[in-house]
Amino acid sequence: MSKHLNTAANRQPQAKWKRVALACAVAVGTFASGVASAWEPTKSVEFVVPAGTGGGADQMARFIQGVITKNNLMKQSMVVVNKSGGAGAEGFLDVKGSNKDPHKIIITLSNLFTTPLATGVPFNWKDLTPVQMLALDQFIFWVNADTPYKTAKEYVDAVKAAGPNKMKMGGTGSKQEDQIITVAIEKQTGAKFTYIPYKGGGEVAVQLVGKHVDSTVNNPIEAVEQWRAGKLRPLCVFDDKKMPYTAKVASNMSWGDIPTCASQGVSVDYQMLRGIFMPPGVTKEQVKFYVDLFKKVRETPDWKEFMEKGAFDTTALTGEDYVNWVTREEQRHQALMAEAGFLAKK
Amino acid sequence: MSEHDKESGGAADDTPAASYRTIDAVTAVVIFAIGAVVAWDSYRIGAKWGSDGPEAGYFPFYIGLILCISSIVNFINALREKSFAEGGESFVSKSSLRMVFSVMIPTIIYVAAIGGVGPVPGVGIYVASVIFIAVFMLWLGKYGWGKTLGVSIGVPVFFFLMFEIWFKVPLPKGPLEAMLGLD
Amino acid sequence: MEEISSLMHGFAVALTPMNIGLMMIGILLGVLIGVLPGLGGANGVAILLPLTFAMGSTPAGQVSAIILLSCIYWGALFGGAITSILFNIPGEPWSVATTFDGYPMSQKGKAGEALTAAFTSSFVGAFIAVLMITFLAPMVARFALRFGPPEFFSVYLLTFCSFVGMTKSPPFKTLAAMMLGFALAAVGLDTVTGQLRLTFGFTELLKGFDFLIAVIGLFGIGEILLTIEEGLNFKGTEGKMRMKVVLETWKELPKYWKTSLRSSAIGCWMGITPGGATPASFMGYGVAKKLSPNGANFGKGEIEGVVAPETAAHAAGTAALLPMLTLGIPGSPTAAVLLGGLLIWGLQPGPLLFEEKKDFVWGLIASMYLGNVVGLIVVLTTVPLFAAILRVPFSIIAPVILVICAIGAFTVHQSMFDVWLMIIFGIIGYVFKKLDYPMAPMVLAIVLGDRAEDAFRQSMLASQGSLAVFFSNGLVGSITALALLMLFWAPLSATIARLRR
Repeated sequence: MSKHLNTAANRQPQAKWKRVALACAVAVGTFASGVASAWEPTKSVEFVVPAGTGGGADQMARFIQGVITKNNLMKQSMVVVNKSGGAGAEGFLDVKGSNKDPHKIIITLSNLFTTPLATGVPFNWKDLTPVQMLALDQFIFWVNADTPYKTAKEYVDAVKAAGPNKMKMGGTGSKQEDQIITVAIEKQTGAKFTYIPYKGGGEVAVQLVGKHVDSTVNNPIEAVEQWRAGKLRPLCVFDDKKMPYTAKVASNMSWGDIPTCASQGVSVDYQMLRGIFMPPGVTKEQVKFYVDLFKKVRETPDWKEFMEKGAFDTTALTGEDYVNWVTREEQRHQALMAEAGFLAKK
Repeated sequence: MSEHDKESGGAADDTPAASYRTIDAVTAVVIFAIGAVVAWDSYRIGAKWGSDGPEAGYFPFYIGLILCISSIVNFINALREKSFAEGGESFVSKSSLRMVFSVMIPTIIYVAAIGGVGPVPGVGIYVASVIFIAVFMLWLGKYGWGKTLGVSIGVPVFFFLMFEIWFKVPLPKGPLEAMLGLD
Repeated sequence: MEEISSLMHGFAVALTPMNIGLMMIGILLGVLIGVLPGLGGANGVAILLPLTFAMGSTPAGQVSAIILLSCIYWGALFGGAITSILFNIPGEPWSVATTFDGYPMSQKGKAGEALTAAFTSSFVGAFIAVLMITFLAPMVARFALRFGPPEFFSVYLLTFCSFVGMTKSPPFKTLAAMMLGFALAAVGLDTVTGQLRLTFGFTELLKGFDFLIAVIGLFGIGEILLTIEEGLNFKGTEGKMRMKVVLETWKELPKYWKTSLRSSAIGCWMGITPGGATPASFMGYGVAKKLSPNGANFGKGEIEGVVAPETAAHAAGTAALLPMLTLGIPGSPTAAVLLGGLLIWGLQPGPLLFEEKKDFVWGLIASMYLGNVVGLIVVLTTVPLFAAILRVPFSIIAPVILVICAIGAFTVHQSMFDVWLMIIFGIIGYVFKKLDYPMAPMVLAIVLGDRAEDAFRQSMLASQGSLAVFFSNGLVGSITALALLMLFWAPLSATIARLRR
């Protein structure tokens, strides 16, 4: 660790001179305050959340805002703005339209892929500048703790036995990640659910506690408190490996004790991107500022605690790896949604 | 409203600019058109009662239909009202309309100035507000320059501090703020 | 009783000089936010949230921080009524119903009375809601769990039905206005199918029509245009500006205890479910008009018409914190931001919060009592100040109001398109008012239209298209029945009166 830091520090002076030259060339006519250092925001940064208040993306954005403020990681302030209209299209279009604006970043959900595919609204991740993958959000198969189902297999068998459309699956939004997973389960097992869309993940978890639906595929953070209170039961995680967290969470179970769905005969594997993008046309210097900023965020103990509480997959990619990952994921969504019949009618 | 004095405006021109009947009928026609558009677009995306409840266009389709029907009734009722010749009501008198326009037109110019129109860039909300309040006070209120400048600059400055500095809510800004390094 | 001792402990935690100071700051800030349309409680809370992180490291500090934040929330609830009463511009969505009688009162020169009534009723509503949170929290949280889509739909139906027959406008104009509201509410993405509706390819329409923009235009701009017709002399007459007005109004308020209680009950219920403060205020007003002996005078400047919606809104706003704490579902955007604050302090709202963080929860509940008392005192002292604004000449106040409206419309979505929409709504408001199209049903339809439709269609999905779901259990059945009773209230009460004779 310390070695790594040393080399980074050594490299800095040379890079600095290059940056000064660059900044001088670019900054004609602007009132750059600190010319001596790398690019930094000169006014407050708008952090766009393409989803409503209280959801997973919103919680994470506000948490990041808090961590940055608490640890003084940035001189300017950060403002979280929710632009949830049209399944997030409002937010993405806003960032797409803010060409070369370095004071705007956006956090993604899967709606980065699903919204343009399902509605035909014209935007694509290639219209934005990729910055950084922060984490991947897991999905877990939940049932109410009062039901007798202990494993995913038992539950799926019960769904099949009840007959098509008898059991209700609650989820967030229509033709988005929750419904994609539901359709994938149906294709895999032959069970048939009635999918009921709600507006937010927290609401979905509460509907399951109130037994208005029979199961959900909530993200861990959306349902963890209800699990701890003994209201919900996790059946399996939609990933190819178990989660790494071994601290006990509820009823003597840890996140790591939850089996994978594949091991239960439901081989569905799906994670959701929590990543950062910027508007098109920003400079490398500006992207680097945010990459460094999020590196510092991810090193804080607060962040590590947050990751564990929400049982996130902490894979964090930048640069080309990130672009490749997003490209692959886009193709996968295209295929999944075409199969489910969710693509917008042309 | 009638309790308040109407001594304003001096010699008011009470000639009607439009009859109540005309405006009532025109409004009904406009609402009918909106209803028709709503119904048509909803029909396009599917307005049936499917196997698992109504489709996306089901409710909007009937909303459009009810809009059309009720505006037909309103249109007929409007035609039954008395026209001018028969001593019908006035919708708005010429002098009142002039007053309304004296507020409406500056307001529209004000909004256009904030964000610009088409390729023409706007001057931002603060500069536009200074000019708007000043014009209003000088032209309609007949205030002196001192008072006018005080209010017209003071209010936007207060809002600037409030929104940009205090609550960090960015409002549209133009070249002046950029020049001063405030954006 | 266990609650009492916990509460006393909470008071001990909350009642420090610093906390009282924070309450005053929070309330004043909140009032300021409430006054300006477009700046919501969410803005204020969001801005102060980072400041409070430093405080949030110790349990006592957490209580101080949440006191500051929640007092902004109370302040915003109090403050929303101010512009509604003075200028017919609702500062917050839940203040729309306050304009119906509050503005006519101020036109009659009774702005001071209206403000006093609004503030006092807010306090009463909040107080009753806090009592409920103190003693019934666990039971009430369980009650909230019983609300699924059919129950939500029946609640929305009840809100509409309690409002039917309120206006004396021609029936087909009422129908057209209401349907126009529904049509506007339908614009944007359909939650249930994920399809875009009525957007005609315009990306500006994706986000739909925001209620606040419609209201600022219809009420605020429309009213200015109507006023200007009369010439430039400002119509608002000078009311009594002294503090005496407060005491005089207080003498009158106990007469309306029935309305207060009814509205508090409605507010608590809507806050918990969580239907929110906005439907609560409409329902409170509608029910009061139907059941009050003064009902016929509502809309002409009846003080009871201010008491009813304000009590309900504030009760709902307060009660909404309960589902946030116990279930983690925020009842309003402000509550959502508060929720974010709790998370960063490591407080995860949920069923266990009341057991694991006793100090914090009871400190917060104690601060609700204290915050509202402090709030009432603070806002009442501002009554003469706000009433004095009415003396500012029209040619100064009108452009300032227009600027505030433009800022308000812009901030909702950071969009200039919305400012243009506001102007169009202003013209619609002007024409509609003159042609006797009622605005209230239209606004109500914009607020609740898509929520009601979502709930209805979610119910239909669950029941496989059977309407019987709305009578499938005692709870939903009785709410639906109540809604139908409200719908046919006018003919029913007429028949009963005739039979008695």
